[in-house]
Amino acid sequence: MLKGNFIDNLPKVYGIYTGGFLAFIIIMSIGEQMGMSAKAIGICFVAFTVAIYAIIGYLSRTAQADAYYVAGRQVPTVFNGMATAADWMSGASFVAMAGGIYFKGYGYMALLVGWTGGYVLVASLLAPYLRKFGCYTVPDFIGTRYGGNLSRFMAVVVLTVASFTYVTAQINATGTIASVALDIPFQYAVYVGLISILLCSMLGGMRGVTWTQVAQYIVLIIAYLLPVFWISNKIGAGFFPHFMLADEVSRIAELEAQFGFVKNSAENLKEVPKGLAGITKAHSAVNASPWAFISLALAMMMGTASLPHVMMRYFTTPSVKAARKSVGWSLFFIFLLYSSAPMLATLSKLSLMDPTLPTGIIGKSIADVQAIDWYQNWNSANLMFISDFNGNGTLELNEFFMGGKAVVLATPEIAGLPYVISGLVAAGGMAAAMSTADGLILAIANAISHDVYYKIIDPKAETAKRLVVARVLLVVIGFAGATIAALEIQGILGSVIWAFDFAMSGLFFPLVLGVWWKRANKEGAVAGMALGLISGAAYLVWVRTGGSGFLGITQLTFGIFGSAVSLVAMVVVSLMTSAPNAATQRMVDEVRVPSGRSIIGKQ
Amino acid sequence: MSKQEQHWEKSKGLLMMTLAIWFVFSIGIFLFGAEMNEVTGPFGYPLTYWFTCQGSLGIFVILIFWFANRQEKIDEEFGFSERGDD
Repeated sequence: MLKGNFIDNLPKVYGIYTGGFLAFIIIMSIGEQMGMSAKAIGICFVAFTVAIYAIIGYLSRTAQADAYYVAGRQVPTVFNGMATAADWMSGASFVAMAGGIYFKGYGYMALLVGWTGGYVLVASLLAPYLRKFGCYTVPDFIGTRYGGNLSRFMAVVVLTVASFTYVTAQINATGTIASVALDIPFQYAVYVGLISILLCSMLGGMRGVTWTQVAQYIVLIIAYLLPVFWISNKIGAGFFPHFMLADEVSRIAELEAQFGFVKNSAENLKEVPKGLAGITKAHSAVNASPWAFISLALAMMMGTASLPHVMMRYFTTPSVKAARKSVGWSLFFIFLLYSSAPMLATLSKLSLMDPTLPTGIIGKSIADVQAIDWYQNWNSANLMFISDFNGNGTLELNEFFMGGKAVVLATPEIAGLPYVISGLVAAGGMAAAMSTADGLILAIANAISHDVYYKIIDPKAETAKRLVVARVLLVVIGFAGATIAALEIQGILGSVIWAFDFAMSGLFFPLVLGVWWKRANKEGAVAGMALGLISGAAYLVWVRTGGSGFLGITQLTFGIFGSAVSLVAMVVVSLMTSAPNAATQRMVDEVRVPSGRSIIGKQ
Repeated sequence: MSKQEQHWEKSKGLLMMTLAIWFVFSIGIFLFGAEMNEVTGPFGYPLTYWFTCQGSLGIFVILIFWFANRQEKIDEEFGFSERGDD
């Protein structure tokens, strides 16, 4: 059926795959009509998709270092864009983003702007230059550009702190979804999730992860967009929600004014299960100060440009030119989901709030709402709660509470979509969390195996031995992440945002100045990484333990402080010590020109 | 000035222009978030709300492709572009 090499056949391969997935959805919906149980559908969706990823992971197995670390540097622009989008959009983006917008409104939208705007920095400041460099990992760039094992090792430390913070949240998310879909306890589900993740990456390294991520992107984008369009059409909001929800947005503002935001007493709030929230902020009004919004957006943008699991995706393109274009495609594929999240939040909120819609519950009698099937289901899943605080028998806006995940997970059911959509959404969430976890675990394991083991400990190691070390590390790091995830310390989103702050504190300026400032030297880079990471972490601890903070920098934006310290330390120490030698300066000159051979390949 | 220096000067110019546009739509406009939200934006959404949902996000996508094309032109002009694949 397929002639020629795999790369030339990519559009055909993934075209067939997408068709197959759509056919699977149709078969499942026929199954539902014929009386298949909701649980069976959920299991089928998750098991079927995970099995496909495992097959792709197996087919991509390799024994070559180039394929294992950078997918052989032959991933075409558009496909690398899809893989990056899956790598990027985590379980949090998929499951929690619409919920965050739903509850926090404008203040939360800073994350959307930050998580997209960061790609402009990636494209213009870093990706093409690091691609020209020809490195395998981000610490590989730092170690070669600045020289010395200490700078390389510091970069590995920052990378590990940031990525590990992030990965526990992702394994947690795969565990949550697996436990719901397969109906097993969370502490086992976490390991089921982990094994699925390792199946994709263990045999093929970056090559396996690349081709599974493309497959995961296709699943997650279908799973996100299909319900949004369906709900919008079903409640008559418009056939293309993105362009047509202005009336709904203003209707929500009208209803907010009508119901009012009543503040609940602390005593009443004690009744509400942990993790659930009510609607307390306006949907479309500006409810955060400019600095609160801008500082959060800025922290996320700089964090985006410093997260190694994203940067290393651009090492896999065939050329520098392709790396630049690929960043554009990545952001385009991300945009498809991010621009839909606010639409889902709007549709979800309106369906629940508007008393004139059949799904509206605010203003109805408490007894009626408690009798609704979906309310009972989600209440027993601890994601919804109502209580008659004022005792008038009617549900008020401040008496309805919901978990952030419920916006994505429950809205299809509330709007009366068939269960097959809920199964699809579970598969999408699983794909999003798995693809990000894979990228992160691989980033950490590759950095330790390539930079610490191969470059520092045993530079003479043979390829076969290096790849064994890389795979052992992959499993060890995965298990460590899963074990911590099983403890459930922070909510999904808290730790995701911290990862961005850690990354920007330690890596943003050492990376950017490595390309853009020839005078930056080893001593400066080491100081920048060490002091940036330490001061950022110290600020986080200080604020978490009751410190007041300054300049409005919170525990979500501590990277602004960390990176400022990093910049100052790097510039001051660089200028106080001697300039880099002529060979290093020439190296920087060559990095700035796309043509010619890569720096590392030449050595 | 050598060919390479000229190439880098032009690349830096493009970078500055790209970052300026990036700054306006990621930071600049949100200094006036409250005021701008009074205005009706595209498709009838309040303007600031529209920027956070679609506007800024879409502009970033276009900005990156525009930047990539301009940089390619600069590379070609000085004979530094790679041959073949993309």
